[in-house]
Amino acid sequence: MKLSATKQLLDLYKEQSALEDYQSGVPRWCTGCGDNAILTAVQRLCRDEGLRPEKTVFVSGIGCSSRFPHYMKTYGFHGIHGRAFPVAEGVKMSRPDLTVFVNTGDGDCCSIGAAHWIHALRYNMNMTVFLHDNQIYGLTKKQASPTSPIGTKSNTTPRGSYLDALNPLTVSLGVSNVSFIAQAVDWIPETLYEIVKAAYHHKGFSFVRIIQRCPEWLPKSLDPWLQDPERVQLLHHANGLQISQGLSRVYKNQVEHDPLDIHRAREIASNTDIIPVGILYQNREVACYEDTRHSGALRTVEAIKKNFNAELDKYSV
Amino acid sequence: MTTKKVTKKAGKKTCTTLKEHIVEIISDSGEGAQRCGQSLGSIAARMGNGIWTTEIIPAEIRPPARSVAGASGNRIRIGSSYITNGGDETDLVVAFNEQVLLGRVNARELKPGCIILLENMWRSHNDQNIVKSYTEAYERLVKAGYKVVEIPMEEECLKLTSNAKRGKNMFALGILCYIYSFELQMARDQIALTFGKKEKSVIDANVELLEAGHKWAEANIDFRFSIPATPSGKQQISINGNTSLALGVMASGMDICAMYPITPATSASHYLSEAFEKVGGIVHQAEDEIAACAFAIGASYAGKCTVTITSGPGYSLKQEAIGLAVMAEIPLVVVNVQRGGPSTGQPTKVEQGDLLTTIYGSHGDAPKVVMAPATIEDCFYSVITARRIAETFNTVVVILSDASLSSSQQPFDRPQFQESWLAPPIDQSPVPAGAKPYDWDPVTGIARRFIPGQPGGMHTVTGLAHDRDSHVAYDPDINQEGLRARSLKLAALQKTLLPPEVFGAPKGDLLVIGWGSTKGAIEEAVEGLRAEGKKVASINLRFLQPMQPGIKEIMQRYKKVLTIETNWSDNPNDELINEDSRRYSSLATLLRSRYLVDVDCWTEVRGQPVKPRTIRQVLLAKLEK
Ligand SMILES: Cc1ncc(C[n+]2csc(CCOP(=O)(O)OP(=O)(O)O)c2C)c(N)n1
Ligand code: SF4
Ligand SMILES: [Mg+2]
Repeated sequence: MKLSATKQLLDLYKEQSALEDYQSGVPRWCTGCGDNAILTAVQRLCRDEGLRPEKTVFVSGIGCSSRFPHYMKTYGFHGIHGRAFPVAEGVKMSRPDLTVFVNTGDGDCCSIGAAHWIHALRYNMNMTVFLHDNQIYGLTKKQASPTSPIGTKSNTTPRGSYLDALNPLTVSLGVSNVSFIAQAVDWIPETLYEIVKAAYHHKGFSFVRIIQRCPEWLPKSLDPWLQDPERVQLLHHANGLQISQGLSRVYKNQVEHDPLDIHRAREIASNTDIIPVGILYQNREVACYEDTRHSGALRTVEAIKKNFNAELDKYSV
Repeated sequence: MTTKKVTKKAGKKTCTTLKEHIVEIISDSGEGAQRCGQSLGSIAARMGNGIWTTEIIPAEIRPPARSVAGASGNRIRIGSSYITNGGDETDLVVAFNEQVLLGRVNARELKPGCIILLENMWRSHNDQNIVKSYTEAYERLVKAGYKVVEIPMEEECLKLTSNAKRGKNMFALGILCYIYSFELQMARDQIALTFGKKEKSVIDANVELLEAGHKWAEANIDFRFSIPATPSGKQQISINGNTSLALGVMASGMDICAMYPITPATSASHYLSEAFEKVGGIVHQAEDEIAACAFAIGASYAGKCTVTITSGPGYSLKQEAIGLAVMAEIPLVVVNVQRGGPSTGQPTKVEQGDLLTTIYGSHGDAPKVVMAPATIEDCFYSVITARRIAETFNTVVVILSDASLSSSQQPFDRPQFQESWLAPPIDQSPVPAGAKPYDWDPVTGIARRFIPGQPGGMHTVTGLAHDRDSHVAYDPDINQEGLRARSLKLAALQKTLLPPEVFGAPKGDLLVIGWGSTKGAIEEAVEGLRAEGKKVASINLRFLQPMQPGIKEIMQRYKKVLTIETNWSDNPNDELINEDSRRYSSLATLLRSRYLVDVDCWTEVRGQPVKPRTIRQVLLAKLEK
């Protein structure tokens, strides 16, 4: 039976109107795990933006956070540890029509997948990336990660971790072709949602580092920031986030920051005492690798055949 | 192969008719011997001769001038009819200096009594050390029985050009065209083709040098050969194995190739970057091989089957991701142009060392299809077949080529493009209600995959153990079921394969089994022995996993079975080696375990293709034992 276009559109609308339509299974994260907040924000984004579930792909690596795609009723690719970026790039290159998201952990992205991360920034393919940064290896039961603050006690560093933490923001801001860098925290749902939304709307590689609580392994590590709103700094700008009045009542440490100003962005990013929250950098002018690479040449049978025969002519004896 | 010689007088000179000859042109790298050799090969092929061209590549990009390890050039086996391999030692060599020549002599690549055409400018060089090393080498070679002809190439070329270094190769080509009685016009046409992109003055200058060489040879060389051609009558193309693979990618309809540069595989991607991209194909040079493989998997998952091209070290890096593609049942074609290993090994040299790592590689049970093209033509068709198998069975297909195929050139019948070679458009139709992403067929293990964009097919593929809904599942029965399904697909494919063709005696004393590029040399040795009444035969296995049917039955028709491979096996005569300790070659290991047949092996890892003469001796010894 054929449905009229209007009816189909109405069905579409109906289909997407509920959050449940993007929910799949019951998340198996620990109670209080920051991943739950990220999931809620992203499901809300999908609903609000009316994303077609069949045209949306969530790609992840391995880790607690990389379970994410299983909880979305979209297409998903839960791959191998550290390789979410190249898988997602392949998806985007072969199918620019799909909306691609990446969920990756601090071990996944900043350690085993670090090479891919740098290059993913440089490729600047149009996808939205969530770095679930709990500053620890969650799934493998508490080992230090590159983003663990120095002195973090873990199963591989019982006397405290030895090295200064790697800062995903400054690293990202140092890569050529970087086009969108933001930071959010899982415990301020409102800005988390706004940042996720801005990232989604940015055309290019939108990288959102989300500071994520892991009550299982580091129950207290973020307390200083949770308990003292002054240590969270909200970034706002006409071209960035706007902060609601309600939020302003709690978070008084605010600063205006133009996301086009990369030097200032780097300065803000370097601050580790205070967690900056907002859009650090956005440049809409950077070309996307998939656009650069798709030549527009039509891959018709005739064209392929003609080209093939022309090549053979060159080698004829 | 024995050469049949008919000598007749042509004018005052003798022209010897040969069945075949092996010619080599070597120089320091950058002196153009490669181009001279390629041109000679192409001219011979246009004359209708069978040829097999092999590149002689130094391991370094720019080895020091006049060094023993620095030989760069080409080796062309020219025959009356179809040539299947590089053959034995060289019959005639043109060398631009005596040092690169000594490298070839030391490597035992020259036939006893071989003709050497040697640049003699070194005899009167300013540097007394050079003069000394030249004259010593000259005397040593003459004493060793080589027929050394000194040629004043530099001097002659300087009459026509100020930079003899850049013209010598065409002068040499002229000499060779004279010696092998090739039509000069063919050579002129070839030069026009080779330098087609350059200005006319460049072409003219090269033609002038060619003609000068020809004229010089006519006046000064007292021998001449002719190798009568038997043209196939069909349109042919002449390419190397990597170009052949690349053309296969283009003809298979795959859209994307992801790669990271590595010798000896890279030239396939170089070529694709030129030719494939003209019609919207994409070559993605990833940041490493892990990324290249993961990229290809992502692209395959969301679209048509994708290919990734590499060599040994890169293959090792891809192993984990290959397991992911097997587990998630995503079609993928992986090309491994094998080189010498382990580790960085011998990047430019021939070896078949990756068979077992390919079959058993990636952790756990990761069943995948493994194919090995035996000829340059096969490289082309293998990719088309591989793509089709990968998409039919939703699995990984690995093509094992090697440095022998990648750097050799051989003419074969021009492929006639078929639309059916191309990958069909991806399915974007809605998935029927209730259909599951891994609805494994109980008999074949095959499940239809859902591709992003298909309404109703939403699911998350995962490298974790999963059930038919693609839900992560650690249930013992479910894991058992998944492994069973992925394994059954190989059995299902196996049912569609044909038994290998037996070359030689249908039954008898000895069966030789090989895989990949050794086919031509093995068959040449078998043919020679058969002509002497020996009851020998050979088979070449195109599929290493699953294996073609009928192999055991074929093996049982012979008293002895032996594999010939270019990978490692312990020599049973070594002091510590006995049945308990001997490590067999890759294929012998596979055959022994699968068929419980006492398969022996002989292998060589000299970095060179095995010569038919070597194989002949091995077979004779095996027959006697
Ligand atoms: C190649 C490989 N090495 C190691 C592992 C083990 N492993 C799984 S997840 C993980 C780290 C997870 O940490 P992170 O990426 O921060 O994710 P989280 O669990 O914290 O969300 C490790 C080391 C693996 N799966 N694969
Ligand atoms: S271990 Fe930590 S990161 Fe993992 S689910 Fe539990 S709270 Fe979340
Ligand atoms: Mg973590």
